[in-house]
Amino acid sequence: MKILVCISHVPDTTSKINFTDGDTKFDTNGVQFVINPNDEFGLTRAMWFKEKQGASVDVINVGGPETEPTLRKALAIGADTAIRVNTEAKDGMQVAKELAKVVQDGGYDLVIAGRESIDYNGGMVPGMLAALLDANFVNNCISLEVEGTSAKAVREIDGGKESVATSLPLVIGSQKGLVEESDLRIPNMRGIMMARKKPLNIVEPANASAETTSVSFEKPAPKGEVKLVDADNVAELVNLLHNEAKVI
Amino acid sequence: MSVLVYTESDKGTFKKIALEAASYAKTIADKMGTTVTAVTINAEDSSVLGNYGVDTVLKVNDSSLDTFNAKSYASVLQQAAEKEGAKVVVVSSSADSKYMAPILAVNLNAGYASNVVEAPSSTTPFTVKRNVFTNKAFANTSIDTDVKVIGLSKNAFGVVENTASATEEAFSPSLPENTVTVEAVDKVTGKVTIADAEIVVSGGRGLKGPENWNMIEDLAEVLGAATACSKPVSDLGWRPHSEHVGQTGKPVASNLYIAVGISGAIQHLAGINASKVKVVINTDPEAPFFKAADYGIVGDAFEVVPKLIEELKTFKAQQ
Repeated sequence: MKILVCISHVPDTTSKINFTDGDTKFDTNGVQFVINPNDEFGLTRAMWFKEKQGASVDVINVGGPETEPTLRKALAIGADTAIRVNTEAKDGMQVAKELAKVVQDGGYDLVIAGRESIDYNGGMVPGMLAALLDANFVNNCISLEVEGTSAKAVREIDGGKESVATSLPLVIGSQKGLVEESDLRIPNMRGIMMARKKPLNIVEPANASAETTSVSFEKPAPKGEVKLVDADNVAELVNLLHNEAKVI
Repeated sequence: MSVLVYTESDKGTFKKIALEAASYAKTIADKMGTTVTAVTINAEDSSVLGNYGVDTVLKVNDSSLDTFNAKSYASVLQQAAEKEGAKVVVVSSSADSKYMAPILAVNLNAGYASNVVEAPSSTTPFTVKRNVFTNKAFANTSIDTDVKVIGLSKNAFGVVENTASATEEAFSPSLPENTVTVEAVDKVTGKVTIADAEIVVSGGRGLKGPENWNMIEDLAEVLGAATACSKPVSDLGWRPHSEHVGQTGKPVASNLYIAVGISGAIQHLAGINASKVKVVINTDPEAPFFKAADYGIVGDAFEVVPKLIEELKTFKAQQ
């Protein structure tokens, strides 16, 4: 089985979010970039397929050279080859089209992409990619087993979960639950050394165009002071929630 | 030319998010000088949709659509959009709609903006405000294609009543072959889900162990709320992952969010930031949650929460 894991290069979850150039660009100053958490759950499951079922695992990112350390980290975790599509990621459809070309050229059986990135929260690349490829698609995937060309997956739904049967070629939108947080792998020294020698192939883009443009950014209005209620006067909280906040 | 809206139903009844989506579609239709067409799938009585601005209802009734299938549902909406010549399609942010919308966007060659929180600031160019960086910021995004798909955030635009009456029309689209088959659905019944809840009660490590969770559940019950938890609690296995709210878990956009024994890590606060009113109960007055909350009680959850439950019972009895 040939697996491709899509890796978004995103600010660490603890990052302060600021914008520059008249609020038109994300300010990367002092920001630590990581593998998108939803992608990392997918990558970790892919490593299981590699170790238990002999799958090959490639990782891919659509972006500039600044994303390479994130791809190297995925190699250090255990992916075989990294691919960087050498173009700026503009929107979900453009990224999905660039990925679709690589998936078709590479003949991948299973594509794993996080259900959404924690930066632009589009939540659209896996679904668009599946539709472009006419492949099967399971989003919010919290369990995946593959035997031959058959796949069994579990999808998280609002208020529960749903078990589905499908077949390869398959795209899944991965998230927490596909593997546990404790299964995530911190690259060790040997992995990091090996990653330096693994191929990181730069491919030229198909020049897909974006369909949406983020014109400007803004931050939420600053929050007012918290209103403290005495622990011995809980009735006052009920009163405030009813009469002032009007939420109960 | 009408604005198309997918009005989701559960066992034949419309969800609140469907009424929000209809209200939103009506606002866009007014801006564009056109009407609203809703698509319903296996919903019985759709007359209520008129109250939220829907002019025409395309009713799809097909037992093969009883179970959600992203590809089939996307195909239904694609055919409805093409029939109506719709330039704008509005869907909600339920797990199902988020699963389907990207496929629909590809089918319609449409640009798709998700997590939209406001009516478009302009229709040429078509510009919407959306949540990004997990509620830490907003982006003003233009959709540059002829046809546009909009995913509306929950509880952001709200429900707007209208006094129109909707005309019903049967609609029988052709369905694609189903290649993802649902074998089992395991859904909690009789309990409010985080996705649908108006109020969410959430517990953190301050509760000391899973054996104390009945306190959270009792508080949720008296409020008709869903229960949730912080990341450490789900990582420790006290509660299932599906209850973890935060940046890598579920986002919460409820009217009221009550955090008990949660200190308020930046990732947690991002996940719940779209909630309207936030209450924190924590022993530590320095807990970061107090900077993000509207109301707070510095105190021991084991003393405060039982008192709060009693006060709420008294309050409910008076209502």
